[in-house]
Amino acid sequence: MTLLEVRGLGKHFSGLHAVDDVDLDIAEGRITAIIGPNGAGKSTLFNLLAGFYRPTSGTVRFHDRDITGMSPHRTVAHGIARTFQTTKLFEDATVLDNVLSGRIVRSRSTVFDAVLRTPRHRREERLNLDKAMAALEFTGIAGYRDEIAASVPQEVQKRVSIALALATEPQLLLLDEPAAGLTEEETVGFAQLIRDIVADGITVGLVEHRMSMVMSLADHILVLDHGKEIASGTPDAIRTDPQVIEAYLGADHADQEGAG
Amino acid sequence: MTTTFSPQRIGTVLVALALLAAPLTLGGEEYVLRVLTVGATYAIAVYGMNLILGLTGQLSLAHGGFFGIGVYVVGLLTTDYHWAFWPSLAVAVVATAVGGYVAGVVALRTHEEYFAIFTMAMGFIIFLVISRWESVTHAHSGVSGVKFPEGFGAVDFSEPIVMYYLVLVFLLGAAYVTYAVRRSGIGRTLVAIRTSEDLARSIGVNVGLNKQLAFAASTTLAGLGGGLFAAVQGFVGPSAAGIDLTFEMLMFILVGGLGTVLGPVVGTFLVLFLFEFFQDFEAYRFLVLGPIIVVLVIFAPRGIVGYLNQFVGRVRSRRANGSRNPGRPHDDRKAESTTDVKEAL
Amino acid sequence: MTLFIQQLFDGLALGGVYCLAAIGLTLIFGVLRIPNLAHGALYMLGAYVTYFFLVTVGVPYVAAIGLAAVVLALLGVLMERLVFHPLRNAPHTHHMIAAVGAMFFFQAVAQALWGADFRRMESPISGSVTILGAQISWQRIVIVGTAVVVLGLLTWFVKRSIHGQTIEAIEQDRTGSSLVGISPSRVSMLTFGLAAALATVAAGLVAPINLLSPTMGDALSLKVFAIIILGGLGSLPGAVVGGFALALAEVMTSTYVSAAAGEGIAFVVIVLVLAIRPTGLFARAVQR
Repeated sequence: MTLLEVRGLGKHFSGLHAVDDVDLDIAEGRITAIIGPNGAGKSTLFNLLAGFYRPTSGTVRFHDRDITGMSPHRTVAHGIARTFQTTKLFEDATVLDNVLSGRIVRSRSTVFDAVLRTPRHRREERLNLDKAMAALEFTGIAGYRDEIAASVPQEVQKRVSIALALATEPQLLLLDEPAAGLTEEETVGFAQLIRDIVADGITVGLVEHRMSMVMSLADHILVLDHGKEIASGTPDAIRTDPQVIEAYLGADHADQEGAG
Repeated sequence: MTTTFSPQRIGTVLVALALLAAPLTLGGEEYVLRVLTVGATYAIAVYGMNLILGLTGQLSLAHGGFFGIGVYVVGLLTTDYHWAFWPSLAVAVVATAVGGYVAGVVALRTHEEYFAIFTMAMGFIIFLVISRWESVTHAHSGVSGVKFPEGFGAVDFSEPIVMYYLVLVFLLGAAYVTYAVRRSGIGRTLVAIRTSEDLARSIGVNVGLNKQLAFAASTTLAGLGGGLFAAVQGFVGPSAAGIDLTFEMLMFILVGGLGTVLGPVVGTFLVLFLFEFFQDFEAYRFLVLGPIIVVLVIFAPRGIVGYLNQFVGRVRSRRANGSRNPGRPHDDRKAESTTDVKEAL
Repeated sequence: MTLFIQQLFDGLALGGVYCLAAIGLTLIFGVLRIPNLAHGALYMLGAYVTYFFLVTVGVPYVAAIGLAAVVLALLGVLMERLVFHPLRNAPHTHHMIAAVGAMFFFQAVAQALWGADFRRMESPISGSVTILGAQISWQRIVIVGTAVVVLGLLTWFVKRSIHGQTIEAIEQDRTGSSLVGISPSRVSMLTFGLAAALATVAAGLVAPINLLSPTMGDALSLKVFAIIILGGLGSLPGAVVGGFALALAEVMTSTYVSAAAGEGIAFVVIVLVLAIRPTGLFARAVQR
């Protein structure tokens, strides 16, 4: 079943077509990867799906509900979580407090509950702590709970950012280059974590540079170049697609672009 | 961390006791009592600044202006319009709450420095209206004869000491709200916004709405402090709405500790004490206090309470690390930040 | 009509003063991203130091302004080193709070040295000319003339000299220019020195028309912020156009509406411009 359905999605930045007429179906319970050379529009596409950018054309449907142009705090509430290419964390806070922040969107108690310490408030705080700890256990970093986020190793930081996203209880998790900057060994661990996430019933969207990781993980791959779809299919089909090979060879000569 | 004898708890109790006992130990010193009462009304407004600057990270320079709105609503209603004090105070609180919310709609479209400049201009406009609108505010002649709050039974608020305790009740309320907010998901939301708006957005925080509510809460506390200030002073002029007042409050909170629960009250009373100490030098006090602000912001941006928390946290974390995991090298930076976020009081 | 001509020249003279003061602020904000709330205090000190050289020491008017500009340039550099340099990686709130501390300090210094009372500074330039029936004092003409000359020199400096080009380069791309070996630290000092000197020239020129007081820079601080928000941050032409536009609006509003309205118009400009365009009139659009 299709969880997220994208039709004709486009985003123009003052003349530049960062994403142009893209169609994409993300199937529930699967891993869908988006690949392409630098500047192909992968991150822009993610930003459009998560509501960080407002598309200039096209539609995004999630669970058969139109979420086109919906702002991020609502897309998260509907069940879409994301991580960033450069790991973003609340750096001065502990790992646990970081992950607890992910519970904000699922919390119902108001400032009055907090002031009056109503049963609802206490119940919710306990639930939040349990859920946050569960996310830490799941990502294998429970031992770091009281450490300051900025002081833990980079690999742990990346796991924290995933735990933070998981704490929002998403149905669709968008991971933007989760393995960037990791060693070969750490990447293997991350691939396993992503498999665990899917086994847990969460659909994953993945932007990734490492072809080995994408090819072994993804059920479906969308290839973008210059904001346009050039291929779409199973890993085996993509591996032999002449247009993809062409784009990747050409990409060696292309300039680096921030939008990538 | 929730043990009965945590240093933070002891500190809170000590500050509360000092405030409660202050009038008794000062005996009949009416002047000192007055300074304390006025200080307490400022401190309430400083708690408002703490919500928007300390927790949410937005520098609002309209704070003195909203304090002035509170002052003049109570001042004018109880004199020219012969209202009783309590309904006037209620109007002041509602006016600054609604005013803050509506102003926040526009002000919070701007970011960072622009927000500061925008709110500073807003503060100046409020000041200009108050100091120039002769027919309503009496401009520079000010408002005199502001009513004391009406008492209940034997409670008579024209007694300075009773008035002091009344203001203190509101002050403790403001401190408690700050404490409750800090400990709850709301505090987590505001601190998330302060740290990174993008990340906050990505975890589902409605950044705009929360900033707006924090701004409205901050202006409400400013209005409450201002309304009480008018009653304490009895006579008020446009300087109670001036930008200098905003800057002074900024100094109070910086000295006390941004984002902490005790910082506003500690900073306000400490700096006011310094003001009194330097009183003979009048305006020259800023020859000393100006550089103190600069030095604080460069070398000690956490403020007194912030550093005390850090110290307590470091000791505690050293102890914990020592017993749990002796082999692990200690990381100071870790300890200091832990306190900042988890239990800054 | 005569009144209008009169007000027009008053507005132009005031505009010259605003431009000179606003250019410094726009350079500091545009190049260094520091909203220097103490800029008005530097302007105020510039006026007093000019007064000191003119009245107490007794040097000629032009020399007094020049000497004061040098003194204030040094003070500007000192302020950059002591206050803003240590804060270069701190959040913007810290910059603004530190600037407020510096502002209070400068005001207290002026009050300690020259007292809180208003002081009058006589200008050696006296007399007036009659243009279309309006009496225009030579002082005002000198202000406009000086502003034009200084603006010309500044444009030449930015376009031709190495330091000036550096400022422009950093303004356009901070990271890029540090890559090509330009020291941001030196540019930072230079910018502060230049800004303080320009504010002093403005203050020295206007002092004979207005009175001197330790708080004379308070309102100016916000007015120059209004100008650079109106003209676009970091834009020299914007500061010039914004300066004259605000000055004329102020003078005309006080004449034809009310004095209080004239005083408040700068703040209304800030609020209106930022309400419509939260990042200023000429900022690049931020997309969501």
